[in-house]
Amino acid sequence: MADLSTNFLGIKSPNPFWLASAPPTDKAYNVERAYEAGWGGVVWKTLGEAGPPVVNVNGPRYGAIWGPDRRLLGLNNIELITDRDLETNLREMTEVKKRWPDRALIASIMVPCEEKSWRDILPRVEDTGADGIELNFGCPHGMSERGMGSAVGQVPEYIQMVTEWCKEFGKLPVIVKLTPNITDIRYPARAANKGGADAVSLINTISSIVSVDLDNFSPNPSIDGRGSHGGYCGPAVKPIALNMVAEIARDPETRGLPISGIGGVSTWRDAAEFIALGCGTVQVCTAAMTYGFKIVQEMIDGLENYMDEKGYETIEDFRGMAVPNVTDWQYLNLNYITKAKIDQDLCIKCGRCHIACEDTSHQAITSMVDGVRHFEVMDDECVGCNLCVNVCPVENCISMVPMATGETDPRTGKTVEADYANWTMHPNNPMAREAAE
Amino acid sequence: MTSTLESGDVRAGRLSSAEYAENFSDLHPPLDHHEALVEADRCYFCYDAPCMNACPTSIDIPLFIRQIQAGNPVGAAKTIFEQNILGGMCARVCPTETLCEEACVRETAEGKPVKIGELQRHATDTYMARELPHPFKRAASTGRTVAVVGAGPAGLSCAHRLAMHGHDVVILEARQKPGGLNEYGIAAYKATNDFAQREVEWLMQIGGIELRLGQRLGSDFEVEDLVNQYDAVFIGVGLPSAYALDLPGSDLPGVESAIDFIARLRQAEDKSTLPVGQDVVVVGGGMTAVDAAVQSKLLGARTVSLVYRRGREQMPASRYEQDLAAAHGVHLVFNAKPARINGANAVESITFEYTASEGGKLTGTGETFEISADQVLAAIGQWMEADTGELELDGTTLARTDGNLSLSPYGRKVWVGGDCAHGGEDLTVTAVEDGKIAAESIHATLAG
Repeated sequence: MADLSTNFLGIKSPNPFWLASAPPTDKAYNVERAYEAGWGGVVWKTLGEAGPPVVNVNGPRYGAIWGPDRRLLGLNNIELITDRDLETNLREMTEVKKRWPDRALIASIMVPCEEKSWRDILPRVEDTGADGIELNFGCPHGMSERGMGSAVGQVPEYIQMVTEWCKEFGKLPVIVKLTPNITDIRYPARAANKGGADAVSLINTISSIVSVDLDNFSPNPSIDGRGSHGGYCGPAVKPIALNMVAEIARDPETRGLPISGIGGVSTWRDAAEFIALGCGTVQVCTAAMTYGFKIVQEMIDGLENYMDEKGYETIEDFRGMAVPNVTDWQYLNLNYITKAKIDQDLCIKCGRCHIACEDTSHQAITSMVDGVRHFEVMDDECVGCNLCVNVCPVENCISMVPMATGETDPRTGKTVEADYANWTMHPNNPMAREAAE
Repeated sequence: MTSTLESGDVRAGRLSSAEYAENFSDLHPPLDHHEALVEADRCYFCYDAPCMNACPTSIDIPLFIRQIQAGNPVGAAKTIFEQNILGGMCARVCPTETLCEEACVRETAEGKPVKIGELQRHATDTYMARELPHPFKRAASTGRTVAVVGAGPAGLSCAHRLAMHGHDVVILEARQKPGGLNEYGIAAYKATNDFAQREVEWLMQIGGIELRLGQRLGSDFEVEDLVNQYDAVFIGVGLPSAYALDLPGSDLPGVESAIDFIARLRQAEDKSTLPVGQDVVVVGGGMTAVDAAVQSKLLGARTVSLVYRRGREQMPASRYEQDLAAAHGVHLVFNAKPARINGANAVESITFEYTASEGGKLTGTGETFEISADQVLAAIGQWMEADTGELELDGTTLARTDGNLSLSPYGRKVWVGGDCAHGGEDLTVTAVEDGKIAAESIHATLAG
């Protein structure tokens, strides 16, 4: 039986599934329900300075996009950090940590970019018994207008500075939560690394307008006829998060920096993918907000099952295994040639592969053969693009089959070479030509 | 109803008024907004969609479902009406299980097709409920006149399309109400709340159509009169005459055609006035037989047997219709043909002989059985009562060529369509298509 327990910066949790700092972790009631449901850790909703807490809007805070059957694909929010006072949060954190010593409890913090603010809050958080702190440099709405959240996360120098304060004035492991609302995630990650961060977590939410009300022409969520951008999360953002995680994992300056992966994790598979790209834990929010805390049962069981099937005893056995396979386009093997193949027994004859290929790609799939509705790939036209696989409603009906070495590609008439050859070596590449000359 | 319809134990008022109301309510309650969205999400928006190809009127089904899904049921309805102006009725009465839904790729994939018929009803009902302007406008008047004989699905469809093209149309209908089988021939629970009449009124909003009721071909006018008075003629009179059982005892009180039974039922506002037997036997195997059998049961008959001379697989009524009958407690009997009807002053029983099929030919096996019955309904087919003047027949139906032009001695002036035309399929939807094709052919001829 696979062992899912994790040791992330010395913070132990029975499984890698943590709840991200967000509404589900705003108070003891929710957090204890999460622990009861089986969550391995919780990042408590972001704490602000002592004194009067922030206020939230009193109208809608969330907007969403949906897939078929109104399955929630993306969620957008304009909620701020905790709107409960610091003392209440700290007291509850202390109590909860005492009752649940085996679970991870991380304090998310966002205070003004002044040394004193950080010096004041760090010891108070440590007194709760929390296992670590996460610096919220990501929140893209509301707090950023006050010089916090993503306003810090978008300036690498600030990241480094605040991280240094936290290392200097605090004792707990420091996780820097990064905003994706930047041009290149490696810069803020490097800054955190330079500042001495023990880890980074990413991604925070993406600035977004989720929809526009076409009756009153207000962005949604609409507050009395007006809206502002919110932070976007949920399954829709997972691909963006995976890429950013991979960029940090393979960047020579940050390679090996522990990562807590966040962004659209909804099933064990999503989590395993983040782990394969190097993450030591994953953080979940939208899936819990959609279905409740029980989903962690599927995540735990699914991950165990996967690891058992693969023979991985611990998370470390496969963590980061995908990182070496993330490369730049120019290093992809141009001698790897695939053709789509349609399993006629599974095909339900919807024709979406045909029309996608016919209208928008390479005219490589039939719709009619000998007067009969029939969808088949024409290898002499197929460039192996995979679009048909992506639009097919039946899983595994269409697959991409690599051609064997020595076969002739009917599209190009060329023999499939055994050797790896990429763009840097290609005769059409002007730089490759220069090098050869 | 008149007491002369009562005989033996054929009598009215078998049920409470609540039971009548329950029994003759909508067969399928309409999808509500949420149900429609959930169902619409299941459509794959297939290329060259099999459902669309299976629809006799070629409705762009993937498009209208996508319109529903995108919150545009009004646009969805327009997509439907463009191909089938009686899309509302067809949504209710089409045997979708043998048409669009049988072809649906989700039937292939999961055995659960998208509920196309119910989605179509959702769209068309939504459109009509909103009392929006009629979706089509007439073209400028052409000054040409067309006579349409019969206000059933074929005639209505033809008239609407002709009016749209700017022609002036007169519909001549033998009965006192328009609608044809929609009004008189379809099970009540498939077209509740006077839908057939409401749909005709809605269709007539196009303008340019004059409806003359009580005008019967052969008695009130002849085809020749119309040929002389109008620029073109469309004949869509259906098959008004039912074949009667020709057996010993078939003249006994209690024996009648299922068509008449259904028509009376459809016209009765108060179903408790309708006499029905204690034990009813329906002879036949089509949709009319099923409609008669199920409604007999709904009127309170104790036992209803539906006896078909061939096997289940050959039965014209779909498996869905068969199951519907069985679910209502109708006893389905296959491979038996009526031999004689027994009784002194009224029907008391009916004797059947088992059949065997040899090389497609049906023969009696000599083995018989008897079913108690005080009412026998014959649903063994209809025919064209041929007072059709010079029009050529093909068997018992009107001969036609492409574009539904009649093989008539009147030149390019007479078109035919619907059940009365050869090859008619006894479906509302094919009649609608026939009328549409004829209208386009007439329009092209008049414009030419």
